Amino acid sequence: MAKDSIKIRMPGLGGQGAVTAAHIAATAADTEGYYAVSNPFFGAEKRMAPSESYARIGTVPIYDRGEVIYPDIVMIFHPQVITMGKSYTMPFYAGIKENGLVIINSDRDLLTDDDKKTLSDLNVKVLTKDFTQFAIDMAGTELATNMAMLGALFGALGTVSKPAIEEGIKDRFLKKYTASGGTATLDSVIEKKFKKKQELIQKNLDTASAAFDLTVEWCKEVGFEQILESPKK
Amino acid sequence: MSKRSDMTNTHNWSGQKLVSTDYLLFEAPREKHFMTGSEVLKEAMKRCTVDASVSYPITPQSEAAHLIGELWAEGYVGTYFRGENEFGVMSEVAGCAMAGARTVTTTSGPGTLRAMENFAQWSGTRIPCQLILMARGINSPLTIQPDNLEVSYMLETGCMIWYAENVQELFDMSIAAFTVAEKPDVHVPIITVVDGFFVSHTREAVMLPADDIALEPYDPYKAPLPPIDSETPPGRFLRDPFVMKSNYISYATHASWQWEVRSAVERSRPYAEHYLKGLIHITGEDDAEIAFVTCGTASNQAKEAHRELMKLGIKTKVIKLRTIRPFPAKELLEAVQGIKHIFVPEFNVVGWLEKEVRKELYNKCEADIVGGPRVAGGMSMPAEAIIAEVMEKINPGKGA
Repeated sequence: MAKDSIKIRMPGLGGQGAVTAAHIAATAADTEGYYAVSNPFFGAEKRMAPSESYARIGTVPIYDRGEVIYPDIVMIFHPQVITMGKSYTMPFYAGIKENGLVIINSDRDLLTDDDKKTLSDLNVKVLTKDFTQFAIDMAGTELATNMAMLGALFGALGTVSKPAIEEGIKDRFLKKYTASGGTATLDSVIEKKFKKKQELIQKNLDTASAAFDLTVEWCKEVGFEQILESPKK
Repeated sequence: MSKRSDMTNTHNWSGQKLVSTDYLLFEAPREKHFMTGSEVLKEAMKRCTVDASVSYPITPQSEAAHLIGELWAEGYVGTYFRGENEFGVMSEVAGCAMAGARTVTTTSGPGTLRAMENFAQWSGTRIPCQLILMARGINSPLTIQPDNLEVSYMLETGCMIWYAENVQELFDMSIAAFTVAEKPDVHVPIITVVDGFFVSHTREAVMLPADDIALEPYDPYKAPLPPIDSETPPGRFLRDPFVMKSNYISYATHASWQWEVRSAVERSRPYAEHYLKGLIHITGEDDAEIAFVTCGTASNQAKEAHRELMKLGIKTKVIKLRTIRPFPAKELLEAVQGIKHIFVPEFNVVGWLEKEVRKELYNKCEADIVGGPRVAGGMSMPAEAIIAEVMEKINPGKGA
């Protein structure tokens, strides 16, 4: 049965864009008409250090803040989250709720038999895919890994449309809101880079869109049902 | 440099139309945006005709300090510079404010403690500056995560202390803060607290008025003490302290001034009542026998617990304190009438809010007060932890 709100935990490594992904996820959900909140959680800001972010999406107001301790969906952005314990919670699926979903960015299966049994008993579905390679193939850069992961998330949710995702991505990269008043200087810099920026956005959109479609198919195959209520328009 | 000379009767130096605080907070049409606490603070300060801001980087307030710097680059803030450390920053804030500037700064955790002497100096000199405190744990061990123990150190500085729950409240409170702090019969510094990360870095929907309107400028000539003048207070205090005389009048002056600063904080009540729409906010069931007394993020978590407990048929209410200084004692006492169990969930190990609540309710209220649940060091407080605490109390040994 679809819920009125879900919590998503995104453990990754510094530099991978897990924080950006959560912000875009929440912005896209907000655009679609959901209540949405995102926040990051990290230690010293450095590459490859554990970095976690969270998104909460619902058809009811969301009060809950901070770390997601009982997630419906866990998105693992890097194999080291599992293999080296680079996360705030151990094991990486700690606290996951029944009928949930785990998305793992890895080129190989990282789960032990015990992990599989625990998750299976909770009817949690696991999608393991090399989203980094997927991003390299689609966008020509591993930096689009987070876009592929986002696409997969929304493909699995099925209730946030591609235009809303596009809005979320554009909102993040065009920074349309910060520009005003005496920002003429800043604007001209953006204009000069605009062509490059448009290409970047397009590649990100394409990557997210392809991962979206792929995950929709995967959900049908494994029988992952709608987890979140459709937004109240 | 201050740009006061570029102002007209109707517009400030950046061309924003000057409006009343009532118009800005309550009447101006608003539109929905989606942003973090740091970003919304920039939006608030943009609409406050701020003369001066001094900054120093420390997580989690660095983004907010940076964004106020952008406002200066965009021409909205009169002057902006970085201090040598937080002690320097807070001293420079005092200097700016004594010179008659509407001044804002931000800090967190260890930065707050480093600057400590200045906060009592601020209140003693009756400057109406604003500190946005984005609470972070204090050492040691080192942490950058949200934990509001530092607020307990601020309680007796003589400054007003308000506590915002979320991004929206940070916007509205930080605007109202200048207005209340600058009232001639109040005129003390104000510390607007939010929990670091839980508000500063959390992105959510927020309703904002247009950015072509802004507060009327601060008028230092309405201050109860004249701006810098070395013959009269507060300049006189600094140039020629009474303590140097070591006579009766020096003690009497100091004592009476301490009372006066605290009385000034108390005099802020009716203004805070108006601009904050109440010193406390209550959500939940009127006939509840269980209440959560909270501030900041603990209010969010308690509301989440309230919603879950309702599903179990257990009625609760959340009494959110929006001002800590002045402490809303009368309002709290009214709100706990008929309550049997009071829980005070907190993001620190010492339970400073529980102590405040106990002190104010002592011998005035029959309710049993539980100081908890508590988390610290940056831990989150899931609604499940609050629910477990409640169930253990009303149904001992049975668990949640």
